[in-house]
Amino acid sequence: MTAAAPPVRIALLGNPNCGKTALFNLLTGSHQKVANYPGVTVERKEGWLRTPAGRRVQVLDLPGAYSLNAVSADEAVTRDVVTGHRDTLPDLLVCVADATNLRMHLRLVLEARALGLPLVVALNKSDRAEQLGIVVDADRLARELGVPVVRTVGVQAHGAQALLEQLDRPVPPRTAPTWKAPDVAEVLATQQRSHRIVEAVVQEPAVDADPSDRIDRVIMHPLWGLLILALVLFTTFIAVFSLGDLLAGFVDEGFAWLGEAVGRTMADGPLRGLLVEGIIGGVGGVLVFLPQILILFLFILALESSGYLPRAAFLLDKPMSGAGLSGRSFIPLLSSFACAIPGIMATRTITDQRDRLTTILIAPLMACSARIPVYTLLIAALFPGEPLTAALMMSGLYALGVVSAMAVAWVIKRRHRHDHVPLLMELPSYQWPDLRSLAIGLWERAVIFLRRVGTIILALTIVMWALYSTPSPWADRTATPLERSLAGELGRGLQHVFAPIGFNEHIAIALVPGMAAREVVVSALGTAYAMEGDEDEVSGRLTERIAREWSLATRLSLLLWMVFAPQCISTFVVVKRETGSWRQMWIMGGYLFALAYLASLVTYQLTTLLTAP
Amino acid sequence: MSIGVAGPDLSARMSSASPIPLAELPDGQWATVADIPVPQDRADHDLVLRLMELGFVPGERVRIVAEGLGRRDPLAVRVGRSTFALRHHEAALILVNVHP
Repeated sequence: MTAAAPPVRIALLGNPNCGKTALFNLLTGSHQKVANYPGVTVERKEGWLRTPAGRRVQVLDLPGAYSLNAVSADEAVTRDVVTGHRDTLPDLLVCVADATNLRMHLRLVLEARALGLPLVVALNKSDRAEQLGIVVDADRLARELGVPVVRTVGVQAHGAQALLEQLDRPVPPRTAPTWKAPDVAEVLATQQRSHRIVEAVVQEPAVDADPSDRIDRVIMHPLWGLLILALVLFTTFIAVFSLGDLLAGFVDEGFAWLGEAVGRTMADGPLRGLLVEGIIGGVGGVLVFLPQILILFLFILALESSGYLPRAAFLLDKPMSGAGLSGRSFIPLLSSFACAIPGIMATRTITDQRDRLTTILIAPLMACSARIPVYTLLIAALFPGEPLTAALMMSGLYALGVVSAMAVAWVIKRRHRHDHVPLLMELPSYQWPDLRSLAIGLWERAVIFLRRVGTIILALTIVMWALYSTPSPWADRTATPLERSLAGELGRGLQHVFAPIGFNEHIAIALVPGMAAREVVVSALGTAYAMEGDEDEVSGRLTERIAREWSLATRLSLLLWMVFAPQCISTFVVVKRETGSWRQMWIMGGYLFALAYLASLVTYQLTTLLTAP
Repeated sequence: MSIGVAGPDLSARMSSASPIPLAELPDGQWATVADIPVPQDRADHDLVLRLMELGFVPGERVRIVAEGLGRRDPLAVRVGRSTFALRHHEAALILVNVHP
């Protein structure tokens, strides 16, 4: 732009926890695109909005930053964008500042103003400030700063009206921004100016109305805090299993009905087989877990936006340091119980690179929701009609994953001498979660999952179906159709590897597609036993056959295998992407397969020895 | 660590006006940041810069809101209207005057 005109590209700049994401969600609604900045694992969120005058404006949501003097990859991207070294320079910077905590947020505004870019300040969370009796004189602030100041409420339907109107006003043409890293004296000088302005424009009540400190006395108490945390986690898992199970039942019935309907209307033949047994059976069997994944994420997102999760991380910092980790690893590892992929992506918030890598390497040990069907099937076959023992066994498998992860982290830490890693983690004020942001967050998770189902799992299902349906040219003519198929041939080959850990031919075949997505093991076993129908029905009858035909040693051995084996192609892909290293990806895969084989070998051989007549 | 010297003389020093490291501030007690000496060590220098940017500057009111499960590690510190979790190491870099 050469002359003054309304902006067409704006960027949101602000501290973490200033409510920037809620404001971005309010401004852009569903018009969002999430990608990565090229070359770094930092999320790039862009969208567009319409101003009251009907103009379309591009909105870039910059990663949250406490300062342009970056200490993390996120902050470096923000600095690079606003200093013109990355991406397109915006026509206007919208500096989002938390009106309830201007004392902290104004410093970044001053830093941004020094860049020389056109700027507008959004006093966000204005409603909350009012509730707390904090009065901010916006006109005075605008005069002090020499830039427009508007009030916004990111969590209210029309909370961005003033900002939107501001976007129709012309902004001066931007000049090349100037920025250099400040020294201690400059930082102190900026803070002094910031505090002087805050004294002039903010009136706070004599008694702080924010209950956060009082809540923290209980929530972060060494005893009560840990009890509350245990209760929160327990409630979350109960909800995932009970409510998730209920909803999964509906999905399941839907697919059973669909399979039957398609089966009735189509003529018998390979196409019907592919559709009913292959696609509807296989893909449906995996879609069943969508409700459980979403419920777990609903809890995680709500706990995170309420401000609770950083407190949980604070409480667990010391226990986790025993394993060589810090509290910062808690949130990524918790997410990994739903799925390792978002869990590994959440490690981006860990500033220390070694801690981050360790967390990535152990994240696949958290029992993700894809393990649920396999665990359920095998436990049912181990303890038929003993729900209490089965529940204990299930908890034991979850615990085994966690304990192993901590042990692995401990070993990694021992190998590398470690410098001091600062914590510097903000514990934001408690607030009610914003429903719009929760909904958008859940939708993002659902899309990731559905994309995976629609690509990898669908493709695998078709490949497996084809392997089972194609006769092998070398096979004995007298054999059963299964033994004659290409899949049967494959299973016989693999059995040599798996014989020492007690896996039979059927398991070996099922593990082939299961290497790419572990939940496929159940449906593949079902097909291997030449059964039809959807996964839940299959597992019902499959349980009896497993209980009857597999030895106790084999059943236990496979269960242990599933705790460790990294059978998930998406995890490999995401580890490669997040670490930028093939080596780390192979280390992750290698050590987990080695652990799986070892655990199964010991279990199988010991059980065989002990149960021998 | 250059400043973190806890000991029997703690109460004596607290009653006098001399500043103590934030890491030694009793739980729940309000204090005012007196000084953050800039260390020579590169990593600690950057750490101090960041602490200042987060609001730990002379004159700010601070208070320990909660202690972690370790020996005062981590610490939840209220500064202004924000709360930060700091390790003992970071908290020892900040000198405070205890409010009478």
